[in-house]
Amino acid sequence: MGQLIIVIVLIGLGYVVGSILEKKHYRSIISREAQLLHIPTVSVKNIIEDGVDIIDARMVQGSVVISIDHFKRILASLRNIFGGRVTAYESLIDRARREAILRMKEKSPNADIVLNTRIETSTIGRSANSRKSIGSIEAMAYGTAISYRK
Amino acid sequence: MILTNIETVPGKKIVEHFGVISGSTVRAKHIGRDFMASLKNIVGGELKGYTELLQDSRDEAIRRMVNQAEQLGANAVVNIRFATSSVAQGASELYVYGTAVNVE
Repeated sequence: MGQLIIVIVLIGLGYVVGSILEKKHYRSIISREAQLLHIPTVSVKNIIEDGVDIIDARMVQGSVVISIDHFKRILASLRNIFGGRVTAYESLIDRARREAILRMKEKSPNADIVLNTRIETSTIGRSANSRKSIGSIEAMAYGTAISYRK
Repeated sequence: MILTNIETVPGKKIVEHFGVISGSTVRAKHIGRDFMASLKNIVGGELKGYTELLQDSRDEAIRRMVNQAEQLGANAVVNIRFATSSVAQGASELYVYGTAVNVE
């Protein structure tokens, strides 16, 4: 009985605090994305127009590890029974990737464009959603930041 | 040392190729970080300890790759790629590779 109460409390805590944190994170992502909109991040390699003078080219990267909350994990494991979209994990991965791109851009605030952006996703220690392990994913973004002479 | 992840160094010309070079590191998380992470796992959100751990290891892998490039006498590394793999429970390998070149 005592154990059951602990589990319910943890799930409840996960639901309440987890959704507040997620909303907060999305708000911060959206406002920072708007701030950094002047640096285009593209996944092509050469769109630099002729005649521009390039003064700096260097690789930049950003990464983040984000974990899922207890409530969503239960939700996702219930989803496993019937199959279908696992919305709980979709938002987790979306947040991680957007945050990684933002961190990459924040490392090159003076760049004019970031070319060949690539995103890698990985889990730590091969178990993302097994029992007793920490459900977390890592996203990392990297690209080449280019600065023009103005 | 100039690092890029495209085939060239924009604005410069490649004059010499030295072939593929790589650097890697295997890191395990420690119990203290694991404990904090499992507490954080209840409510979700960023696990700063893990982010730092992976970022440090990746910097280490890049340092090793750059050392190798310096030994070859290169002054730039182009077409850099990252890869991550899980070696054992709780440990991950971070691998970075690229092509060492001379630019002018």
